[in-house]
Amino acid sequence: MKNTVHSPLEPTPRGKTLAGAVVIGYALISLIPLVWILMTSFRTPQDAIAYPPQVITQPSLIGYVNLFTTRSRVSSQELAALPPAATWYEDLVREQQMILAGPSRFSDRYLNSVLIGFGSTLLSVILGTLAAYAFSRFRVPGKDDLLFFILSTRMMPPIAVAIPIYLMYRAVGLSDTHLGLILLYTVVNLSLAVWLLKGFMDEIPREYEEAAMVDGYTRFQAFIKVVLPQAATGIATTAIFCLIFAWNEYAFALLLTSGTAQTSPPFIPTIIGEGGLDWPAMAAGTTLFLLPVLVFTVLLRKHLLRGITFGAIRK
Amino acid sequence: MKWLNTRSTFAAAMLAALGLASGAAQAQNKQLTLCWAAWDPANALVELSKDFTAQTGVQMKYEFVPWPNFAQRMLNELNSKGKLCDLLIGDSQWIGSAAAEGHYIKLNEFFDKNSIKMSDFMPATVEGYSTWPKGTQNYWALPAMGDAVAFTYRKDWFARPDLQAEFKAKYNRELAPPKTWDELKQIGQFFQNRTLDGKKVYGAAIYTERGSEGITMGVTNTMYAYGMEYQNPKKPYDMKGFINGPEAVAGLKFYKELFDCCTPPGHSNAYMTEDLDSYKSGQVAMQMNFIAFFPGIAKDPNVGGEKTGFFTMPKGKIAAAQLGGQGISVVKYSDKKDLALEYIKWFAQPSVQQKWWDAGGFSCHNAVLSKPGFEKSTSYAPVFLDSMKIVKDFWQEPSYAQLLLAMQKRTHDYVVAGKGTPQEALDGLLKDWTEVFKEDGKIKP
Amino acid sequence: MGQGLSDRALAWLFVGPTILLLLAFNIFPLIWTLWLSFTNFRANRPGADVLWVGLGNYSRVLNDEAIWENMRATAHFLSCSITLQLLLGFGLALMLNRRFRSHSFWSTAILLPMMLAPAVVGTFWKYFFEPQYGIFNYIVNFFGSPGTFTMLGDTKLSPWAIVLVDTWMWTPYVMLLLLAGLRSIPPYLYEAAEIDRASEWTKFWRITLPMVMPFIILAVLFRLIENFKMFDLVDQLTNGGPGSVTELASIKLKREAFEKWRTGYSSALAIILFVAIYGLSLVTVRFLDRVKQR
Repeated sequence: MKNTVHSPLEPTPRGKTLAGAVVIGYALISLIPLVWILMTSFRTPQDAIAYPPQVITQPSLIGYVNLFTTRSRVSSQELAALPPAATWYEDLVREQQMILAGPSRFSDRYLNSVLIGFGSTLLSVILGTLAAYAFSRFRVPGKDDLLFFILSTRMMPPIAVAIPIYLMYRAVGLSDTHLGLILLYTVVNLSLAVWLLKGFMDEIPREYEEAAMVDGYTRFQAFIKVVLPQAATGIATTAIFCLIFAWNEYAFALLLTSGTAQTSPPFIPTIIGEGGLDWPAMAAGTTLFLLPVLVFTVLLRKHLLRGITFGAIRK
Repeated sequence: MKWLNTRSTFAAAMLAALGLASGAAQAQNKQLTLCWAAWDPANALVELSKDFTAQTGVQMKYEFVPWPNFAQRMLNELNSKGKLCDLLIGDSQWIGSAAAEGHYIKLNEFFDKNSIKMSDFMPATVEGYSTWPKGTQNYWALPAMGDAVAFTYRKDWFARPDLQAEFKAKYNRELAPPKTWDELKQIGQFFQNRTLDGKKVYGAAIYTERGSEGITMGVTNTMYAYGMEYQNPKKPYDMKGFINGPEAVAGLKFYKELFDCCTPPGHSNAYMTEDLDSYKSGQVAMQMNFIAFFPGIAKDPNVGGEKTGFFTMPKGKIAAAQLGGQGISVVKYSDKKDLALEYIKWFAQPSVQQKWWDAGGFSCHNAVLSKPGFEKSTSYAPVFLDSMKIVKDFWQEPSYAQLLLAMQKRTHDYVVAGKGTPQEALDGLLKDWTEVFKEDGKIKP
Repeated sequence: MGQGLSDRALAWLFVGPTILLLLAFNIFPLIWTLWLSFTNFRANRPGADVLWVGLGNYSRVLNDEAIWENMRATAHFLSCSITLQLLLGFGLALMLNRRFRSHSFWSTAILLPMMLAPAVVGTFWKYFFEPQYGIFNYIVNFFGSPGTFTMLGDTKLSPWAIVLVDTWMWTPYVMLLLLAGLRSIPPYLYEAAEIDRASEWTKFWRITLPMVMPFIILAVLFRLIENFKMFDLVDQLTNGGPGSVTELASIKLKREAFEKWRTGYSSALAIILFVAIYGLSLVTVRFLDRVKQR
C-alpha cells in the first residue's frame, strides 16, 4: 500500500515507539499459536499431550513420519525377529514398537488440493478475465445488475447450496470427482475473479488497445496482445486469491467428496494415530499445508486489501 | 499468440493428468476396496487379509475413516450410490437403513450355497449385526467384529498399599474393580483430584462427545443398568413411560453425577480417542471404552502390560452393556460383488476367524470363543466374553440417525451443559422420537 | 483479417460462459432448494413418494424453539466477535498509521492467522484450549490464577471461546481495512485543525472517526456476512457444544441436511437464512457504491 504521510502531523518519536510496542506485542502474542503448531510438529505424541505443557522437548521427526505413513503395532518378539531397519524413518517407527505398513492418504489429499486448487483457479481466472474485460470495455446491457448478481452469488452460505448441488452431482455422477469440485470452486471464485479483474482492467488505459485497433488489429487481437500483458499482475493477484480460497475450502469438500477427490482441509482434523489423535502428525500436516499460503501472503502483501474487499478498495 | 499457446498447453496437460489419474484407477480389475473405521482392528484386518490375497490373487485396497466421521462419510457414500466400497464393515445401527434402502445385498442365499451357518456365530452378534428386521432370519451381514463398552483401570494404582489402606478405611472394602455403579462412583471420587507421583489425577474418562454418537454410547450403559427399556416390549414404538420412565431418569441422573464428580477437567466432548488420550497420558484411574481398543492399551508403553486391568460394565439393577461391533456386508452398488462374496467366504472360515482373534480382531465365531483356553488367551478375553452376554443395542431403525441425533442433543444438554432435569430431557427425547416415528409412518399421527 | 468479431458479439462471448455457469450452479440450485423447501423430500430415501407440504416446513422451522436457540447463539457470536474485532482492529490500525520503523514487516506478520483454513484452525484451538495439556490455560494461569477452567467445556465460557478464536483469525482483516481508511484521510484536514489549536481528542472525534466511518461500516458488514455463513471453525472447535450452546444456525443446517437427511425441512431453513444474508448483502453493495464515490 503506497502511502503519503497521513497521520495527524508527524507523530513524536515517543509516539512511534509506543505504537511500535503495541503492534509488535500484539503480533507476537497472536503468533504464539502458530509457533506452537510448528513446535508441536517436531514433538513426540507423548510430549504433545504432556501435562503441564512442556515448552522445550526433545525434537523428533516422528510427527512428519507418521503423517506420511500408516503403521501397525507389533509385539516385541516380532520386532526382534525383523531384519534391521533400512531407513532412518523406519528406525523411528520401530522405536515406537511399530512397523511401516504403507503410505498414508495425506500425500493423496495434498495432491488433490493442488490439482483442484490450480484447476479451479485456472478456469475461474480465464473466464473471469474475459468477463471482466467485457464489463470494463463494452456496453453490456444490464451491466450493473449483472455485476451485482455476480457478487451476490458469493453471499450464499455454502451449506444452503450444498443440498441441491449434492443431489445434482449424485444424479450426474460428479460426486467425489476432481472435476466436480473443480467446477464448483470455479463457480464460487468467479465472482471474486470478475470483480477483482474488472478493477484491474479499469486501470489499464484504453488508449493502448485503441491505438492497436487503429493499426489494424481486431478487438480480440488487441485484447490478447495489448491488454493481457498489462493485466498480468492483476491476473496473478486474482489467481492467488482464488487459489487461497480453493486451498482452504472445507464445507463443500467435506460434503461432496469422499475417497477419491478429498482435499486436505477435511482430512487434517482426522489424522489419528494409534487410537488417539496424533497431534504431532496433525501439526506437521498443518505446517505443510500452511507453507504455500504463507509464501503467497508475503508475495501478495501489497494487494491484500484489494483482494479482501473484492476490488472495492484499492489503496 | 505465444501466450495463448502456453496457456492452452498447460490446460491440456492438466486435463491429461486428470484423465490419467482416473484411467489408472480403472486399470486394476482384480481388486477389492474394503471400507471400515480407522482404528486398531482395521490395521489387524489389513495384516490378516494378506492371506486372502495370497490365496486368490485379489488385491485389497482400504478406505479407513476415523470414527467421528465414519458414519456420515459412509452413509453419504451409500446414499450417493457410490462405488468406492465393495465391502463395508458397517456399524450395527445402520442395518435397518441399509436393508430398507437396499444398500446391502441380502446374504441368505450366499450363506446357504456356501454352508455358512449363522448358528456358528454368537447369537447376540447375529441378532445385533446381521438381521433386519431384528430377530428374523434375514441376513444382511456376516458378524465380523464383536464389541461392547467396558472399562480399563490402573491396576498398578489399585495395587498401592497406601491407597488400599486408605480406601479400605473409608469404604470398608477392598480397592478392586467395582461390581456395581455405586462402587464405581466411589472409586472415582476416591481418585478425583488426588496427587499421585506429583501429578494430579482424576477418577474416570467417560463418553461425552456431542458430534456423532459419543455421549449416547455412554449414557445407555447406566440407563440400561437401571432398567431402562426403549419401548414397550409388548407394543413396538410405544415409548411413553419407557424412554422417559423412572428407570431411565435414574440412569441418566447417575451418569450426570458421574460426569460432575469424577471426570478430568475439559472432558466435555470426549469419545473413544479422547478417552484413550486421557488414560494413556496418566490422567485417570478408569476409562470407559470399546473393548476393540483393549489390545492396543495392553501393549501401550506408558500404561500397558501389568499396569492395566479390565472389567465389565458394573451392575445397577441389572447387568448391561452397550453393544458395539460391526458386521461385514457387500455393497449393492459395487461392480465386484462376486469377488466381495469370495472375501466373505474366506473370512467366515473357522481357521481365519482364529487368526483374526490372534491378530487383535474380535471374532464372533463359536469355534473360536468356545475353544478351551480362550479365556486365558489374552488379559481381556474374559471381559469380552462376559460383556457379550449382557449387551443391549440402540435402535437399528432406518431412521436411526435422527433418533441418535435427538438423544445426543438431549443428553448432552443435560449431562454436560446442565440444562433442566433428567425428566425434562427424557420427556423432550420422547417428543423427538415420537415425531421421527410419525414421519416414518411407524406411528399413526 | 478484417474487422473480426464485433464488440457486441465479443461481449456476449466473453460474458456468456460466466453467466451460464453462475446460473447453473447458483440460481438453479437456489430454485431447487426453494422447491425442496415445499416438499417432504429426504435425500436418503430417494425412492419414497414426494409430497407437497406447502409452507409446512417453514412453520415448523419458525415454531421450533431449538432454532431460536441457534439464532441466539449466532447473534451472540456475531455481535461479540465483530465488536471485539472492530476495537482491536481500529486500535492496531491507529498504531500502524504512525509508521514506526519495520511497521510493514509487522503488519504482514499480523496477517498470517487470517490466511489459514478455518477448519484446521478450529482443530488446533481445540488442542490449545484443553485444560491439561493445552497452552491457553497454562498461559492464563501464568498471569494470575483463576484456577481450573475449561473454555470449551463450560457453558458460559464456550461462546467466548469461539469469539476469541474468530477474533484471533479476523482482526487482521478489520485492521487492514481501517488502515486503508486512515490513510485515505487528506492531511490538510489535520493541518487546518492544528492551526485552530484543536486537541488530539477533537481531531479524532471530528476528523478521523467520521472519515473512517464508511470503512468501519464496510468492515462490519463484510464480517457479518462471513460469520453468518461460517461453519467450519465452530464445528471443529465445539461441535456446537456443550449441549447446543454454540450450535450456530449454519451448524444446525448442516445437521438437519446432511446428518438427519431432512432435506425439505433444512431447505426451508436454508432459504430463511439466505433471505437474511441477501438482505445484508444488498445493504453492503449500497455502501460499497457510496464508498467508491468518495
